[in-house]
Amino acid sequence: MTALLEVRGIACRYAQRAAVSDASFELQQGMLASLLGPSGCGKTTVLRAIAGFQPLTAGGIHLNGRRIAGVDRGLAPEHRRLSMVFQDHALFPHLTVEKNVAAGLHRKPAAEQRRLAHALLEKVGLTGLHRRYPHELSGGQQQRVALARALAPNPQLLLMDEPFSSLDPDLRDKLRQEVRALLKDIGATCLLVTHDQQDAFAFGERVGVMRDGRIEQWDTAYRIYHEPATRFVADFIGEGVFIDGVVAAADRIDTELAVLRGPVGHPPGARVKVLIRPDDIIHDDHSARTARIVKRAFRGENYLYTLTLPSGAEILSLVPSHHNHAVGENLGIVPAIDHLVIFAA
Amino acid sequence: MRRLMTGRPGAGAWPLGAVAVAALCLLPVAAVLWLALFPAENIWPHLIATTLPGYVGNTLILLAGVGVSTLLTGVTAARLVTAFDFPLRKLLEWLLLLPLAMPGYVIAYLYTDLLEFAGPVQHALRAVFGWRLAGDYWFPEVRSMGGAIMLLGVVLYPYVYLLARASFLEQSSYLPDVSRLLGRGPVATFFYVELPIARPAIAVGVALALMETLNDFGTVDFFSVQTLTAGLYDVWLNMGNLGGGAQIGAVMLTFAALLISLEYIGRRRRRFYQSATRFGGRPRQRLRGRNGWAATAVCAAPVLFGFGIPALLLVSHALDHLPAAWTPRFRGYALNSLWVSGTASVSAVALAVVVAYARRLRRTTVMAAIARAASLGYAVPGAVLAVGVIVPLAAFDNAVDAFLRARFGVGSGLILSGTSFAVIAACTIRFLAVSIGAVESSFSKVSDSLDMAARTLGHGAGRTLRRFHLPLIRGGLLTAALIVFVDCMKELPATLILRPFNFETLATHVYHFASDELIERSAPGALFIVAAGLIPVIILSRTIDTAARLDSPAAPGPGPVAPGPRPVAPPGTVTSTAAPPAAPAP
Repeated sequence: MTALLEVRGIACRYAQRAAVSDASFELQQGMLASLLGPSGCGKTTVLRAIAGFQPLTAGGIHLNGRRIAGVDRGLAPEHRRLSMVFQDHALFPHLTVEKNVAAGLHRKPAAEQRRLAHALLEKVGLTGLHRRYPHELSGGQQQRVALARALAPNPQLLLMDEPFSSLDPDLRDKLRQEVRALLKDIGATCLLVTHDQQDAFAFGERVGVMRDGRIEQWDTAYRIYHEPATRFVADFIGEGVFIDGVVAAADRIDTELAVLRGPVGHPPGARVKVLIRPDDIIHDDHSARTARIVKRAFRGENYLYTLTLPSGAEILSLVPSHHNHAVGENLGIVPAIDHLVIFAA
Repeated sequence: MRRLMTGRPGAGAWPLGAVAVAALCLLPVAAVLWLALFPAENIWPHLIATTLPGYVGNTLILLAGVGVSTLLTGVTAARLVTAFDFPLRKLLEWLLLLPLAMPGYVIAYLYTDLLEFAGPVQHALRAVFGWRLAGDYWFPEVRSMGGAIMLLGVVLYPYVYLLARASFLEQSSYLPDVSRLLGRGPVATFFYVELPIARPAIAVGVALALMETLNDFGTVDFFSVQTLTAGLYDVWLNMGNLGGGAQIGAVMLTFAALLISLEYIGRRRRRFYQSATRFGGRPRQRLRGRNGWAATAVCAAPVLFGFGIPALLLVSHALDHLPAAWTPRFRGYALNSLWVSGTASVSAVALAVVVAYARRLRRTTVMAAIARAASLGYAVPGAVLAVGVIVPLAAFDNAVDAFLRARFGVGSGLILSGTSFAVIAACTIRFLAVSIGAVESSFSKVSDSLDMAARTLGHGAGRTLRRFHLPLIRGGLLTAALIVFVDCMKELPATLILRPFNFETLATHVYHFASDELIERSAPGALFIVAAGLIPVIILSRTIDTAARLDSPAAPGPGPVAPGPRPVAPPGTVTSTAAPPAAPAP
């Protein structure tokens, strides 16, 4: 099966600065994907390149088997049959909600435009608001209108640029779930750009992590978290620390914390760094192994304890919050490291 | 004890002061309406049966013509400089403001001199083609309705240009992107998104340009276009019928009220339209080769016709006659201008501080309405304002005179209406809006917590203003005074009517000589006025530069700052925009 969207080794420059270099990934029909990265990593530039607002200096983009962009040339945005939802919603302030949703339907007869607009407004839960103007809507409602408008022309691909980041946290979770369910329901293909891990993981069946204009890893959310391909991904995603280890055998690493077993991939004798996530360290009052608590952060359902090992190295442990221990105490721990994530020291 | 009981910090007499200022500004309007409704001699039926339809028709044609011309020129230029990059774009971006410095009556005299039968252009044409008489060829008549429309249009388009430009720069760059993705090409996108969103701002610009058109007397008088303004002069000064003048004035006030409504609606809508968060400016598309130079030519044409050519003509006339013109009498006119403009600008700024500070102390809708009432003068045509000022002043003078005669047997004559006081009062009222706008914008840059800090430290409202605000906004006050000063220098219609006998300012002096076709004699005075008029344009172009820096894609921070027409234009009162910042001491 060929991919709906193929991005092949694209690069983009702003004046003297390379915003994107050699980014490649594929997106299958009906798939929801997130592009995640810190601000300035080039993720929005990738989105704008796909949409046709950013010329390429290398590589190419194919949509549905058709080449839509190459070096310094490409199909005009209006001919790409894709839609975009923007961070500030970008609703047309001079048009009613109904006219906004129908904005991409100008080639259809008026009655059909109205029918489709109303059908979409119903789908996003805004029935009855079609006569309002954008400034009369709440942020969440504006976002729904923006989505309805983007979906109205039945685009081949939906692009979303930080669509949830201007909303309150509560509304944000709710809307994210709703949007995801809606998109899956209609079988849309969508690429979402965000700097927020929660957004990226909750939304994307595929997640790409970007850094400095490159895609570091393009994978499922599970593998991004548990099997990060690069040290940057390991650092950027979730919480965790690196501790020192020495490769003892092809399937064994000796660390201060424990002897770890699993595929190693580094020659014996090599010094390595091992990723330890907070959920890799399980608290057990009866464990003989202890570490001293130097810091703790209450998070409601659990505590995040920062512990020191005898060498002074620090590790994190996530513990249900009824295990209330004071800073300075020794906490019994059991290492339970299922995924070995190792990088050369 | 009562002091402890008030629910909010005391505002002293400031709100009352603002009410007094507003009442002062409404008095002339009320006087005109009262006189129109209850005239000594009712000439309504006569007016309606004879000249009024003609005046109204001509005024409508003039307004429509100037509206269309400023709209096309202003929007085209604004679109070109905001969406494209072409040779000399940065320079033209502020050169396009220069025609603001050129009063309509000055440009009218200059082009008439240039294009009339005896002028150099027709002379050259006759020499080249061998024509001898006017009947041998056709040449458009400058002194006509068409000429008035063209000339007023070419000096008033900057109002539209400024506001349209600001609006285009403020628009979220995502909106056109959305339109493109939804299947519209760049041209369709302009008409579907960018132009409609700028429409309220453009409406404000056109409203301001049309207020100036309605106010104009010099141009229509010189071209013998029988508009309402010309009619008012005729009825009042030539036929000596003040009531009839007031009745025509009342008709003009309805026009002004419509323009104010257009401006007000535009400004209100604009808030909603521009409220979308601003995510950076849009990079300008580079036009190369012929297209680029074509854009340069399109933007240069209004600058050339509205400023370049007339300025050149003016300088050459003035150079020829400056030595002869530099007489003690000329210096006297200049001193009169200085006196009138100086006192008017100081009083306008002082009154503006009262209104703006009262509004800061009491942020209520009532106070906002009072501030708006105090700013109404900019929309009242100068000739109408003159009627409105002379009536109460004359009533006052007569009352005092009668009282003194009765009591002491000695009359006082005309203390206020027959002196330069009348001119100063009219100028103050007419340009109060300019200073209120500038002062409010300065005030808005001072944080509210400064007021709270001062009040908690035990300073009253007055002391807070004197000790903390005034030193901070000194620069803004100076700018406001400067702009009012220049506007007063240029003011013609009200000054012409209200000045005492044998009291000439530069503006009236230019008008008298130029309308007697002694253009050379009037050129030095006109040059003075235009040179002074350049000052606010330069101030304005500085604010434009800041905006240009902010809208470059590399610049961080919020989107472009929108320079309103504040410094030069009689602005819409209460929204705060771009008066230059109050410079705090370094």
